[in-house]
Formats: sequence, C-alpha cells, structure tokens
Amino acid sequence: MTMRMTDHVNGLGMSVAGRIRKAIPAAILLGAAVAAHAAEKLPTAKVMTTGLAVTDDEVTVGILHSLTGTMAISETGSVEAEKLAIAQINEMGGVLGRKIKFIVEDGASDWPTFAEKARKLLVQDKVAAVMGCWTSASRKAVLPVFEKENGMLYYPTFYEGLEQSKNVIYTGQEATQQILAGLDWIAKEKGAKTFYLVGSDYIWPRTSMKIARKHIENVLKGKVVAEEFAPLGHTQFGSLINKIKLKKPDVVFAAVVGGSNVSWFKQLKAAGITADKQTLLTISVTEDEVLGIGGENLVGFYSSMKYFQSLDNPNNKAFVPAFKKMWGEKSVIGDVTQAAYLGPWLWKATVEKAGSFDVDKIAAASPGIELKTAPEGYVKIHPNHHLWSKLRIGQWLADGQAKVVYESGLIEPDPFPKGYQ
Amino acid sequence: MGGYSLTELGSIFVMQGFSGLSLFCVFLLMALGLAIIFGQMGVINMAHGEFLTMGAYSTYFLSSLADSKFPGFLNYYFPFAILLGFVVAFIMGYLLELVMIRHLYKRPLDTLLATWGVSLVFQQVFRSAFGAREVSATLPPWLLGSVKPTETIDIPLNGLFMMGLTLCLTLLTFLYLFRSRWGLRVRATTLNRVMSGSVGINTKKVDRLTFALGCGIAGVAGAVFTTIASTGPTTGSLYIVDTFLVVVFGGAASLLGTIASAFSIAQAQSIMEFFMTSSMAKVFTLLGVIAVLMARPEGLFSTRVRK
Repeated sequence: MTMRMTDHVNGLGMSVAGRIRKAIPAAILLGAAVAAHAAEKLPTAKVMTTGLAVTDDEVTVGILHSLTGTMAISETGSVEAEKLAIAQINEMGGVLGRKIKFIVEDGASDWPTFAEKARKLLVQDKVAAVMGCWTSASRKAVLPVFEKENGMLYYPTFYEGLEQSKNVIYTGQEATQQILAGLDWIAKEKGAKTFYLVGSDYIWPRTSMKIARKHIENVLKGKVVAEEFAPLGHTQFGSLINKIKLKKPDVVFAAVVGGSNVSWFKQLKAAGITADKQTLLTISVTEDEVLGIGGENLVGFYSSMKYFQSLDNPNNKAFVPAFKKMWGEKSVIGDVTQAAYLGPWLWKATVEKAGSFDVDKIAAASPGIELKTAPEGYVKIHPNHHLWSKLRIGQWLADGQAKVVYESGLIEPDPFPKGYQ
Repeated sequence: MGGYSLTELGSIFVMQGFSGLSLFCVFLLMALGLAIIFGQMGVINMAHGEFLTMGAYSTYFLSSLADSKFPGFLNYYFPFAILLGFVVAFIMGYLLELVMIRHLYKRPLDTLLATWGVSLVFQQVFRSAFGAREVSATLPPWLLGSVKPTETIDIPLNGLFMMGLTLCLTLLTFLYLFRSRWGLRVRATTLNRVMSGSVGINTKKVDRLTFALGCGIAGVAGAVFTTIASTGPTTGSLYIVDTFLVVVFGGAASLLGTIASAFSIAQAQSIMEFFMTSSMAKVFTLLGVIAVLMARPEGLFSTRVRK
C-alpha cells in the first residue's frame, strides 16, 4: 500500500516535471525576448554575490514598521507610501529586470521587537534592503543588527542627527535642515527676538531645542525666554500656557509629539492663543497630525517641513492622486510619508547605478544618486548618506492643508553640526 | 515683580487657579468610576481606561455621523454623545462582569491579570474598528474658545463645561450611593456580603450593576475628554496610572477621599508646573504621594471595613 502510494506520488512528480520540461523552451524564448527588450537584465550571479534573496525574476525587500501599538498611528502612512512606490516600480518593470517582492514585519512599537524582526529579515529572509523604522529609538535598536549583518536600511523620519552609518540612508531631514532655515525665516519675516521653546521630553525634541537655542543666541542674536519639556503623553498644558501668556514671546517654537500634540493645540486655542495674537512655529506637525488635531485649532500657525501635500510641482501632482487612488480619497500625506516614498526609488536608482544588489556596492554607489521625480522636487544623496533637500514653511488652513509661504534653496545635510553640540 | 503690572499678575493667578481646577475635574472624572469599582467592590480593573476610550469613540462616532449626514445636528449632538458613552460603557461593563469578573471575586490578583488581558483585547478591537490613527471629534462651536471676564483673562469654555459636568456627576453618584435604596444595598454588600445576602439583598445583582455603573461613568469621562485631547486605540493606557494613583491615594473605599485626593494632586501638579517643568512637577507630586502613603498606607481617608 505504502509502495503504491509512493509510486503514485512519484508518477505525479514525473508528470509535473515533464510538463515543466516541455514548457522550458517557451520560457527561454520569452525570457530572451524580455531581456532583449529591457536590454539590461543581467544574470543573477552577476548582480548578486552575497546570498541575498534575488532570483532571475524577483528581488525581495523588507518593510519594517509598527503596525500595532502606539506608534502605528504615525507609521501607517510610511507603510502605505512604500507599498505604493514598490507597486509603481514593478509596473515599470522592476529593478534590473526583477520585480520587487516585499515582506512586511511588525515592530509593534517595541524597540527590542524591531531588532529581532530586523535580524529575521536580514538573516532568514536575506532581503536586499529594508524600508523601515520611524522613531529614533527603533532606529537605534536596529542599527547594530544592520551593521553586523551588513543590511541596508532606508529610514524616512526627520530626526535629531548625530548619526551616520554605511548601512543606513536617511531620507528625512536631520535637525539642522529642519530648524535653522525655519528660524532664519521667522526672525526675518516677523522680526522675532524672543523665543519660547516647548517640546516633549525625549531625545528628538531635546536635541532639536539645543540646536535651536544655539542658533537663536549665536546667529540670530535673539533671546530664549524659556525652554520647557512636557512628559510624553502629557495632556494638561494649562500651567504651561499661562507661563507663555506671562512671558509674551515673539515666537513659540514647538516640538510636541503624539497624543500630547492634540491636547497642546486644543488647549492653546481654548486659552485664546491664536495666530492673530501669537506667532507659533512647529517642527512636529504634518498633515497626518492635523487629522487628529483638527485644522480649526491650527489655523495660521506655521510648520517647518520639507514636504507639504499642497506642494505645487508636476511630480507632486502625479504623486498625490496615485496615493489617494491606492489608499482612499480621504488619506492625507505628511512629510514623513513622502520621505518613505523616496526609499524604494532611491534604492532602485542606486542598484541600477551600481549594477548590483550587493549592500557594499550600494553603500558605495549611494553618494551622488539623484531623484528628479521626488514629490518634494529634487533630492540627492550626500556622501554622509543623508539627503540634500529644501525647507518649506507652511501656514495651516482650516481644511487641514498648508499654504507654502516660504521655500529655501537646497540645504546640505550636516548630521554633526559644529558649534551646535 | 519683573516688570509685570498688578492686573497681569492677577489675571495669571486667576487663570492658573482655573487650570488647577480643570485638572482636578479631569482627575475626578477619571477616578470616580474606578473609586466605585475598586473602592466599593475591590476589583482591580486594569481595563478601566478602555471603558473611557469607549466613551470617547462613541462621541467621535456621533460627531462624524452628524458631520456627514446631519450637519444641523452638530450643534446639539454633544449631550447625546455623553449619554451614548454612558450606555455603551455600561452595557459592556455589564457583559464583562457577567462573563468574567464574577468568577474572579475571590482572586483579586487574577482579576488584575485578566482585566489587563481584556484591555489588550479592547485596544485591538478599537484599532480594527476605528484604525490605528488618532481621531478627534468635531466639537460644537459653543465648546470652543474662551470667555473673557476682563481684557487679560481667558477662561476656556470646555473647561467650564467639564467643571459643570463633574459637579453634576459627583452629586448624582453621592445621591445614588448615600440616598437611594440601591446605594444602601451597595454599601451593605461592601461592608458584609454574607449578612447582606441573608437579609435578602441579591448581592450578585448588586455587584453586576455596581460594576456596570462604574464603567458607565468612565464612558462619560471619555466622552468629555474628547474636548481636551484626541482619541486613539491606546488612549486609555494614558489615564490608567493617574486614575489608580488618585483612588489609592484617597483611600480606596472612600468617595470623599477620592475627591480630596484628586484635588490635592491636581493643585500640587498645577502649581508646581508653573514654577518648574512639567516633568519635574510630576516627580515632586509622585514623591509627595509616596511620602503620604508611607505615613498613611490606607490613603487620605480610610473607612473601617470588617473583613
């Protein structure tokens, strides 16, 4: 009985193998036709020498974000943008003639989980690159893994700087790119001399405020009247708002994040601090946050970002409808979502320049890679693996969109700014 | 005084007093439901924050319904949202007691673990139903902005509204517990379960209604909190620590203690926040609470309960 079953199975196997054999000449013909057409399809052995998940038709990448937990709120947009970019690249024929397949892992808003999932993606799945992480804490957790296993990470969030790695491409702004030009503008435009700094109490706002203070005191010759940090998740800003009323600063410079951000703006409005009486510049509000805060609570305040959904350029006019078509008419696109969208495109351009999927070759080929199709306009990778990018000041409207009132030139990324430490 | 006029300092003093009072209301609203559940019944309900979230999402649900279908209703929906928040949380609390809590009355530590599990389940349900992003209810215009009794004083309207509601809810809870037949049964059951049973009180029914009522009050608090903060799947966990802090500090079994504790913690926090950073104010508040609890382990007010 057992024998017969085995026979039967073997028989089946034979017939399948037979069918495949018969189909092979056709596949070769077809493959040859495609290769001739694309004229760039190199054999896998040529484009990959380090055991990555690359076949003749496919290359696998990882997407590593929080799909659950407290950070899911922010990271959802990044995942959506990365999936859109990958779908569009596949439609154009993929990377070096290979379609991109992706594996999504959930970091669950938990930093050790991020490290564990990063290891899984690199060691077990052998992915060629990873688009992922959002908070600095998660990036710091996965960094040793990427450096040890020699992986490639495309990190989308604006962050505090003071980091640079062969294994990471930072597609968001480091702190000086987001802060300095914004402060320059507000000092010039509003004649601001006194600044009140408010942030959530963790590394990114603290580093950002340190840089802001140095710039205000040393370059703008202004005065910081107070620097305040509220605990993460803080929802009661009554006392802080009273202190602002007492000090009457020319500008409130804010980096409050998460749920606190909503309470902060709602209570400012309730306490009668509105744009007609108080200038406020924030580095932590994008269209994503406005959804939660409500446009009516922000009207007239300024955000300092490199991208706003309302940007008026041909790239963005194609990007916004494509995003809405894939993820729904109601979806909004914030600064980080756009930066996440750049990840797969930058990786594709780098792979094609290097002619290889190997991480060492990509790291070496990255400096100088340009992207003229970026929704934010034009970006270029600097030798320090950050992006050259512009800074925009957006003024918020009641419908949750921003009116761009200022645009800088391309700013060089400087993750270790001298004189700001 | 640093170049400030007397009127300015006076205004700040008034507004600062008001912000302390509104913080007191937030604490009291949060803690009232738990004071009944934990204080009267001794159930450590880690899912209390999620009942709060339920109320908040009910408000969001009604506001988006009004926004898209009945724009004229936007002015009036808020009282209904509070009612809906209460009803939803009450029903869920009732079911939770029926299915789970009643089997765990003799094992308080297991309730801790079980209700924590329930809170995780609720969070995932919120996430699946309403999405991971934080949402904000569209507030009726009469809740936005501030009143200006003088040129330099701004009193937020939502704060005033919250104060009024807290006052009503606290009064109702008092009347219920100390002036109604039901309250009498609740207190009797708390004091001596066996004796209450033998004089004909249906203690199981009392437990179920008390638990559901506590949850319902949390739902009301959640609905009101949409005026000051946003709502996300994990909003409840933001409040749970402070809630337990207020209830334990006040003396678990005393409603008056909860009020006194909410008041003192809120004022301490609010006043210190004015003179130092919020983080440091929190540190000193917690140190103060620890010191008091070391001296009085039972909390500020303790009622003697025969075990």
